[in-house]
Amino acid sequence: MGQSPTPSRPDIHATKPVPVRHPARWIGGAALFLFVFFFIRLLVTNENLQWPVVAHYMLSPEILKGLGRTLLLTFLAMIFGLAIGIVLAIMRLSSNPVFQAASWLWIWFFRGVPPLVQLVFWYNLALLIPNVSIGIPFGPQLWEGSTNLLITPFTAAILGLSLTESAYAAEMIRAGIQAINIGQTEAAATLGMTRAQILRRIILPQALRILIPPIGNDTISMLKFTSLVSVLALPDLLYSAQMIYSRTYQTIPLLIVATIWYLILSTVLTFAEHYIEHRLNGRPLALGAVFNSLFKSRFWSLRRQEARS
Amino acid sequence: MTEAQPLLKVERLSKSFGTHQVLRNIDLAVEAGDVMCIVGPSGSGKSTLLRCLNYLETPDAGAVFLSGEPIGVKWRGNTLYEMSFNELAVQRQRMGMVFQSFNLFPHKTALENVIEAPIVVKRKKKPDAIAEATALLKKVGLAERAHYYPKQLSGGQQQRVAIARSLAMQPALMLFDEPTSALDPELVGEVLAVMRQLAEDGMTMVVVTHEMSFARDVADHLVFMDEGVIVEAGKPKDVLSHPRHARTKAFLARVI
Repeated sequence: MGQSPTPSRPDIHATKPVPVRHPARWIGGAALFLFVFFFIRLLVTNENLQWPVVAHYMLSPEILKGLGRTLLLTFLAMIFGLAIGIVLAIMRLSSNPVFQAASWLWIWFFRGVPPLVQLVFWYNLALLIPNVSIGIPFGPQLWEGSTNLLITPFTAAILGLSLTESAYAAEMIRAGIQAINIGQTEAAATLGMTRAQILRRIILPQALRILIPPIGNDTISMLKFTSLVSVLALPDLLYSAQMIYSRTYQTIPLLIVATIWYLILSTVLTFAEHYIEHRLNGRPLALGAVFNSLFKSRFWSLRRQEARS
Repeated sequence: MTEAQPLLKVERLSKSFGTHQVLRNIDLAVEAGDVMCIVGPSGSGKSTLLRCLNYLETPDAGAVFLSGEPIGVKWRGNTLYEMSFNELAVQRQRMGMVFQSFNLFPHKTALENVIEAPIVVKRKKKPDAIAEATALLKKVGLAERAHYYPKQLSGGQQQRVAIARSLAMQPALMLFDEPTSALDPELVGEVLAVMRQLAEDGMTMVVVTHEMSFARDVADHLVFMDEGVIVEAGKPKDVLSHPRHARTKAFLARVI
């Protein structure tokens, strides 16, 4: 036979092979599609959801005010949490054993105590320490006041949420700093840079790039954690909804209102995180690219280009 | 001191990692304007020696002098004190270093890499720093790549930016730690060409390398190290053509 083609077959060079079929994908897809269909039908047809009520309250001033408070809490808790976290991470990596131990203890405590317990605890701080003063230790006092004046539901919420976040952020930032090659420090040192300059100009900017995805993740977690402040009767998004349904007994529709807002906010945050990530990686920013990166399979892409982009 | 002193002087330098002694009683002197190449098998201690010169590694014993001034330690009266990191930083400004793995700052462009230390350490004005950096990048043949990030550059280009970055601090001495070992063979030449030009311009250089032809052509002194000691030192063509020591002969037979 040799290399001569079988007479009935076309030339291999002129023929495109039939692509591999994926019957399992089609069956799996169809099953899920069916499931989604029934779920949507339930959402649409179930009268108890009371969609008109949901629509009525979506943009009500009370809900929007709660929404604003939720955003403010998320924002402030993240800012304070990250700021304290950076300090803790640097303490943890310092060569001073007292700093290391203090940082370790802080992280151990605030990661170990549930945020809900902390919120209640901070709110009741006055029972433990009735008066707070600012002054020189063993010296004159500059300011003194009642703890009850200082600890409002809002400050208690910020304390509880940001201290919890600081413990998680510290571990995350420490990992980010340690991920930077020692060669970067050495190169900067041989250029005559001081410790602080190396940290501020070389290490932290690189670590922050690595940390954008986990910080985004934490921000979304924080958005949801803020709903815990309803125990302090602080009217955030959830508590505002609760206040309304305790008057109107429209429990499910108002929970749906809160749910939809939480989903909208976390979606926006997800996009924001991907946007920042793209910007910092110096890629041209196209919404399509950001959108694609949300859905890309990281497991199955064998094509290198796809895996990289 | 009336006697002219060498720019760099190493006296009885020793260093151990754990129980393994990497450097034993090293003595070395480099005159201003000279190029010294250090060669030897892997693990012979040559990189550690280079890293002891600017105290990236702290020697266990011995001393390093730059223009007669001890590195990493200072006298106060008759007591010798260790220097802090930030005191060392001042001394390190005078010794540039080029690494095997380039170690460019990946979040900065080539130009930003070069202007970083002049602006942050020497407090130069940005326009002045940019003008000097542009001239340096031109000198290493990368004027058009000034606004590229390191990952957009080839290994050879990255190493040339790293050389420009070190030169921007106007060091008295340049240390090269196997600058071409991480490069694809066809990129070695462009880096060596820049180093040759530097040597011709009169820069004092200490180069740890495996490039024997570079050592032969450019070096004023060749040092052969093995197992933490200087086995043989002298003019490159003497050491390379007429090695006296058996270990030198064996090493040269393998690499040439």
